[in-house]
Amino acid sequence: MTETTRKKGLSRRTLLKSTAGLAGLAAGSGVITGFPYVMSAEPKVLRYLGTAVNEGDDISKQCLKDTGIKIEYITATTDDVTKRVMTQPNSFDVLDTEYFALKKIVPSGNILALDAKKIKQFDNITPVFTKGETPGGKKIGGQGTAPWKVLYLEGKDSKKFASSATEFVTLIPTVYNADTLGVRPDLIKRPISSWAELLNPEFKGKASILNIPSIGIMDAAMVVEASGKYKYADKGNMTKEEIDLTMKVMTEAKKAGQFRAFWKDFNESVNLMASGETVIQSMWSPAVTKVRSMGIACTFQPLKEGYRSWASGFCVSKGVSGAKLEWAYEFVNWFLSGYAGAYLNRQGYYSAVLSTAKAHMEPYEWAYWMEGKAAEKDIKAPDGSLLEKAGAVRDGGSYEDRMGGVACWNAVMDENDYMVRKWNEFIAA
Amino acid sequence: MDTSEDILQQASPDLVRGSETARRSKAARLSPSFISWLQAGPMMLVFLAFFLIPLVFVVVVSFWDYNEYQLLPAFSGRGYTDTFEGCIAQLPELCTIAKTYVKTLKLCFLVWIITLFIGFWVAYFLAFHIKSKTWQMGLSLLCTIPFWTSNVIRMIAWIPLLGRNGLVNSGLMKTGLINQPVEWLLFSEFSVVLALVHLFTFFMVVPIFNSMVRIDKSLIEAAYDAGATGFQTLVNVIIPLAKPGIVIGSIFVITIVMGDFITIGVMGGQQIAAAGKIIETRVNALQFPAAAANAVILLVITFLIITMMSRIVDIKKEL
Repeated sequence: MTETTRKKGLSRRTLLKSTAGLAGLAAGSGVITGFPYVMSAEPKVLRYLGTAVNEGDDISKQCLKDTGIKIEYITATTDDVTKRVMTQPNSFDVLDTEYFALKKIVPSGNILALDAKKIKQFDNITPVFTKGETPGGKKIGGQGTAPWKVLYLEGKDSKKFASSATEFVTLIPTVYNADTLGVRPDLIKRPISSWAELLNPEFKGKASILNIPSIGIMDAAMVVEASGKYKYADKGNMTKEEIDLTMKVMTEAKKAGQFRAFWKDFNESVNLMASGETVIQSMWSPAVTKVRSMGIACTFQPLKEGYRSWASGFCVSKGVSGAKLEWAYEFVNWFLSGYAGAYLNRQGYYSAVLSTAKAHMEPYEWAYWMEGKAAEKDIKAPDGSLLEKAGAVRDGGSYEDRMGGVACWNAVMDENDYMVRKWNEFIAA
Repeated sequence: MDTSEDILQQASPDLVRGSETARRSKAARLSPSFISWLQAGPMMLVFLAFFLIPLVFVVVVSFWDYNEYQLLPAFSGRGYTDTFEGCIAQLPELCTIAKTYVKTLKLCFLVWIITLFIGFWVAYFLAFHIKSKTWQMGLSLLCTIPFWTSNVIRMIAWIPLLGRNGLVNSGLMKTGLINQPVEWLLFSEFSVVLALVHLFTFFMVVPIFNSMVRIDKSLIEAAYDAGATGFQTLVNVIIPLAKPGIVIGSIFVITIVMGDFITIGVMGGQQIAAAGKIIETRVNALQFPAAAANAVILLVITFLIITMMSRIVDIKKEL
């Protein structure tokens, strides 16, 4: 592995040399004024560890073009990303991970907080992260590991989350979304408006949830609360009794045959829904879009109890310093400068700095994705494929409505160990 | 017990004679046992470095403590006590780990019986009914087809076949045998066993076939000449002589199924517990000691099963 990387580096260096020569020639002949990055001593390469969510090829290509930084993606599942940070902190430079993982990652001391002063757009980051409210001033539900609770550290090498703003930021936000249930309106044939419907016997053998314990239990808690069985103080941080109660409700449903299958993988969720094996299940926004692009009716149903939200962001490995750290800042600054944000918005996610992303989107795209307006023209995915025909309206509506409707965030509980054991019990029941 | 030199002598007397000349110069003299060690050495080293040492680590770590983000190298039985939580208190109801193993063993037994039955007859057909070596090779290669796709592809492929709106269900509905789609075809124990049998029958076929082709045909002729019926020949000649293959195939299938959680997860709709699944969930939650403890338990149980099987047949002797 190291060998191939090194070789790649060498060949790239040779390439750069020859390019530099060419550039020099060109500059000498007065055609081109110069490529600033070509002159740097070594190739700028950053190893980027994260989930597949924002590791698009288009993003890395554009980044190389704009900054000369070559991004090498290391793609893993949410759980594996955390595992890698714990066990191999030197195997990556930039880390893109979810906020709820911070409760595990920060105490391990394996990551470096970033300096807010060096992030050009920091003050323009959406108040969802900094204040827990939408740009329009709507308060956002803070149950679970809400980003603003873990955004700042007390000091540079501190392992404690600060209660007020400091300049040491754990994760610079990149992407986030509000998740809810996906439904097949063509098979259900009546409006769905509550999380409680997931356990409605009407959908016996046709429902599904995620088999990722830390996310699945949040969906379960939304269902329990919606059905009026219990009201949690904090769904994202249950007591042992609350975990027992939640799992009891789910176990009864499982034994009664409510669930067709649990899913763990993006494609699994798409297949379950597209094949009609399930008609109601917890889902991710791009998965709903994918089912729809197959010509099958699928709605990302807004529910009266609100959304379960998640967010991820950038930090760097503790092993990164010197020039590499500067490139990391350069990369994060580039990421927030608009291209990547627009790319993510077009997939149905949300970008951290809204103003720069808006500048990179067509007004009709912005109106559809962010303002909840009917599409003036056909809506296309970043790869050019058709997502929605003109006239369509985004499920859940505008950014204000969707993010403003968030009830809780993905979380790691204090009783995580107990919860995982109970989850195994639930699967075995 | 043959020494390696005897074997060499049988295999190639010239070589041994050559080595006798070499033996006169004392420096080049290698004792036979040293040669044996040298031959077995590379495999032994690989085994030591990549199996025994990691295994020792797993056992050691299973007795460590842990918190949310790191291992604590202090002796703790927590990995085990947590695993067996409620096993006495909940009686007569089974605890999680007991339920999981009952389920895993049940699946394992079903898969073993079915793969053994199918595998035996496929091997029988290949060994005794196909005369040409080329055809034998070609047909055994056909058995590897299930391995040509990844798990995700297989998962996607089973839905259109066994799903609610799948081929089997729509076929049955058209013939009027059923009015409602049959739900237990997919995401059930049935589909798990089906997928595992589909995958692992190959591991039965190969060793049994291998044992069968080595059966001296004159033994079978002798049995017929002595007036044995086909069934008697099968029970008294072929099965006893194919026993090593049967046991080796069984060990393959049982060890794989005991540790499998991916196929069980995918085909069981993640709703069926598996011993391997518990380990995976624990590892994903960064609870390595608990995962290691579960791995040790799985290892012990699998080892017990294999010991029992090798009691039935002395593989070393048979080989």
